[in-house]
Amino acid sequence: MKLKFGVVIFPGSNCDYDTLYALKDVLNQDAIFLWHKEHNLKNVDCVILPGGFSYGDYLRSGSIAAFSPLMQEVKEFALRGGLVLGICNGFQVLLELGLLPGAMLRNKNLKFLCQFVHLRVDNEATPFTYKAKKGQVLKIPIAHYDGNFFSPPDTIQEIKINNQIVLRYSDARGQLSEEANVNGSLESIAGLINSAGNIMGMMPHPERASEALLGSEDGRIIFESIINWKG
Amino acid sequence: MIDRKILEEHNLTLDEYEKIVELIGKEPNITELGIFSLMWSEHCSYKSSTIHLKHLPVEGENVIQGPGENAGIIDIGDGLAAVFKIESHNHPSFIEPYQGAATGVGGILRDIFTMGARPIVLQDSLRFGPLSTAKNKSVMEGVVSGISGYGNSIGIPTVGGDVYFNDCYSLNPLVNVFALGIVKKDSIFYAKAEGTGNPVLYVGAKTGRDGIHGATMASAEFGEDLEHKRPNVQVGDPFMEKLLLEACLEVTAKDLIVGIQDMGAAGLTCSTTEMASKSGTGIEIDLDRVPQREEGMTPYEMMLSESQERMLIVAKKDKVKEVQEIFLKWDLDAVIIGQVTKGGRLKVSFEGKTVVDLPVKAVIDLCPVYEREIQIPSYLESATQLEPLPQPENFNQAFIKLLSSPTIAEKEWVRRQYDHMVQVNTAFFPGADASVIRIKDTNKALAVTLDGNSLYSYLDPETGGQIAVAEACRNLACVGARPIGVTNCLNFGNPEKPEIMWQFQETIKGIAQGCRTFGIPVTGGNVSFYNDTEGISIYPTPVLGIVGMVDDIKQITGPAFKEEGDILILLGENKEELGASEYVKTIHQKEKGMPPQIDLEEEKRIHDFCLEIISLGLVESAHDVSEGGLACCLAESSFLSDKKTGLSVNLRDGIRSDAVLFGETQSRIVITSKNQNKQKILELAKNKQVKAAVIGKTGGDRIVISHGDAKLIDIPVDEALKAWRNAIPEIFAIK
Repeated sequence: MKLKFGVVIFPGSNCDYDTLYALKDVLNQDAIFLWHKEHNLKNVDCVILPGGFSYGDYLRSGSIAAFSPLMQEVKEFALRGGLVLGICNGFQVLLELGLLPGAMLRNKNLKFLCQFVHLRVDNEATPFTYKAKKGQVLKIPIAHYDGNFFSPPDTIQEIKINNQIVLRYSDARGQLSEEANVNGSLESIAGLINSAGNIMGMMPHPERASEALLGSEDGRIIFESIINWKG
Repeated sequence: MIDRKILEEHNLTLDEYEKIVELIGKEPNITELGIFSLMWSEHCSYKSSTIHLKHLPVEGENVIQGPGENAGIIDIGDGLAAVFKIESHNHPSFIEPYQGAATGVGGILRDIFTMGARPIVLQDSLRFGPLSTAKNKSVMEGVVSGISGYGNSIGIPTVGGDVYFNDCYSLNPLVNVFALGIVKKDSIFYAKAEGTGNPVLYVGAKTGRDGIHGATMASAEFGEDLEHKRPNVQVGDPFMEKLLLEACLEVTAKDLIVGIQDMGAAGLTCSTTEMASKSGTGIEIDLDRVPQREEGMTPYEMMLSESQERMLIVAKKDKVKEVQEIFLKWDLDAVIIGQVTKGGRLKVSFEGKTVVDLPVKAVIDLCPVYEREIQIPSYLESATQLEPLPQPENFNQAFIKLLSSPTIAEKEWVRRQYDHMVQVNTAFFPGADASVIRIKDTNKALAVTLDGNSLYSYLDPETGGQIAVAEACRNLACVGARPIGVTNCLNFGNPEKPEIMWQFQETIKGIAQGCRTFGIPVTGGNVSFYNDTEGISIYPTPVLGIVGMVDDIKQITGPAFKEEGDILILLGENKEELGASEYVKTIHQKEKGMPPQIDLEEEKRIHDFCLEIISLGLVESAHDVSEGGLACCLAESSFLSDKKTGLSVNLRDGIRSDAVLFGETQSRIVITSKNQNKQKILELAKNKQVKAAVIGKTGGDRIVISHGDAKLIDIPVDEALKAWRNAIPEIFAIK
């Protein structure tokens, strides 16, 4: 079955083409670009906010993009239950939009980090991880400066109670540790979902792990979950 | 009026000034003098290097564009072309490391997309002083984060490159940035200003006072007044460049413009005069229409500003609106500031008055060319003599020390600060000798590598030049790519010193011989002279950027061992050559001796052979032997393997043990093969007159290397790996 994906282009997005490539050329789905200045979601089934440096990430990562015209429609679409995935900068935009709780701090080593990491799937009952098994370890790369997830104690409590932590940084065997938690995220959070279960943000880049040539195909599991999700 | 002091400030000699007056038939005003000072600077005019650069081979059947344009272009088949170039940003990177390096990235990228190509890969060749000083550490940290800050944001992967450390770079680090883009062969754009009456558009960022005299600064030695030069360094805005990139590529994809040129070094001056010069036309512009972000700028300041992220476009008269709409879509300025004229003059008006009126030809084409004096350096005689050295008492210790010397140690600390994966084309081969970038919608890939050992060049510049070419090509052969084109960045001291010019001449000789042997054209590059601070020159540092073609992407080979029990085969032979080696430098604290010698024909035979056995599917891994010699080469292949597979090697060469382990004899590649392919490889090698010998096999969890009956190295992989992996992070650890 084919889904229609919409990949949003903000000024400064730079994983827009990569995400479209993974969806269209690798996974054979319908996928189109959505321009940030328009007010039209063009009947897509799933909106993806791609990685990059929207508006140069000036002021704060993702903060200006959250005010793009198209974000009104994305917000309404999401609140109606539409599937929205924010990858990297897209995750940061979702936080700025208030569609997901928490905020991002600079990585704990204060450096940009581009490397493969291991992710443990802690919640497989979501549209974005439905093809994975609970506890399965995925190898997917990260590339960010601000991926150190943070939230106040009561928020993180709520996140845990609602089972909103979808992906955690771990080692290859699924063990959590300070070393495996490369950017210092609270609770090793790499991927987070809203309580309604239709909006997910993740710092790692599944589109960069969709072909063996690139070093891993584990990222396909995220996209294939969305494609096969029956609600 | 123009006096000696003003001339000095503009880095022009009295002779040059007199020539200017003669050429333009009047005394230049200050703005006109500023224009000449930029365009006649070493940085823009190549006045000291031109006569030598003529010796480089520039022709080849795949060459679409050789030297002289923004970047070189090579036909890569499938209707596509590769556009690539390397450039230095040395001086700015010392004064202000972050911005210096960042704008270096921005500048080279504009050279690529101004030709209509989408940049797909960046590489950097970096040279720093030893990391034992806080200053050198902060320069390196700043440079790496500048490259990371700019390249990551704009979304072009920075993949690979090299980093060397030497005292000679303490006051003059080198930052050479390479970029490559892909363009459809039928939509390449050039810096042309054709068609009288066609409008000249200014697009991109607004003009400020930053970077005034940048090109002139790059054309003189540094003294102690460095701090004062900080305002000469431009400030980069990668977000603006990203918008500019997307808008320009949208414009060049349609039939809307005649020519386009970036405003890099020398800004408006360079772009207007070069475009007019190339088309034999003139240009007139009105400075009052130039978008400005500061008030009260003079014509002098506007013409000399090096504000970043700006382009000049000559549009087709009836397409201006469409061009402006595209830029508007990306929230960018696109303002008509003038037009193409007949008669070959640059005319600039400001507040209704003509402030510049110069013949373009005088500015661009009639710059003096110098045949500088040449003299063999006096240091050579003693520096090339290496006194007898004792062998290490403990080879394990020497080995660990070498592995943790920053030049050899793992550079993951650098690499992971760069987004090397964006654009999803980077083939996953950590630590590979060359970076491999897939070309989407084809079965092909391009491989890219940068190389240049300056200690070799210091001690024997001709050989250094040959080796730089040979080693870059060897890196390509190891991943399964054949070389198709070259760009070079030649970093030298003050060309007014005869000894520096000798180094330059000899280096060119060596590079030319190398390129001829491998049959590869030089399509452009960059000469960076005046790398001297407080009278001390850097070692001559040619950096060769060589692009290779992988015809079948499935055949890419990496340096990492695959399985236990694979056979280790050495292509080439070990010789007793210790001079100029990292071993002698690190263990014996000497930068002396003759560098390894090279037989280019033999080198080429080995590359061809390596490519042949890779294409026959006989090779599991391939890695070239370079700094640190055979021992370090073997260790790296082990470190990079998934299971940290060990090795056991026995060497029987009748030479010194330290030379066997750590010597840097050229023309050597270590491959691994399955046992059943061993015989076939050895037979093929015999037929091709390539020396090939089985030296051991992979397996176990130790690195064991014997020479004759003596076990010299025997150490757990983990222990050696730790030394190699932790050396650089430990230096930068926050304590």
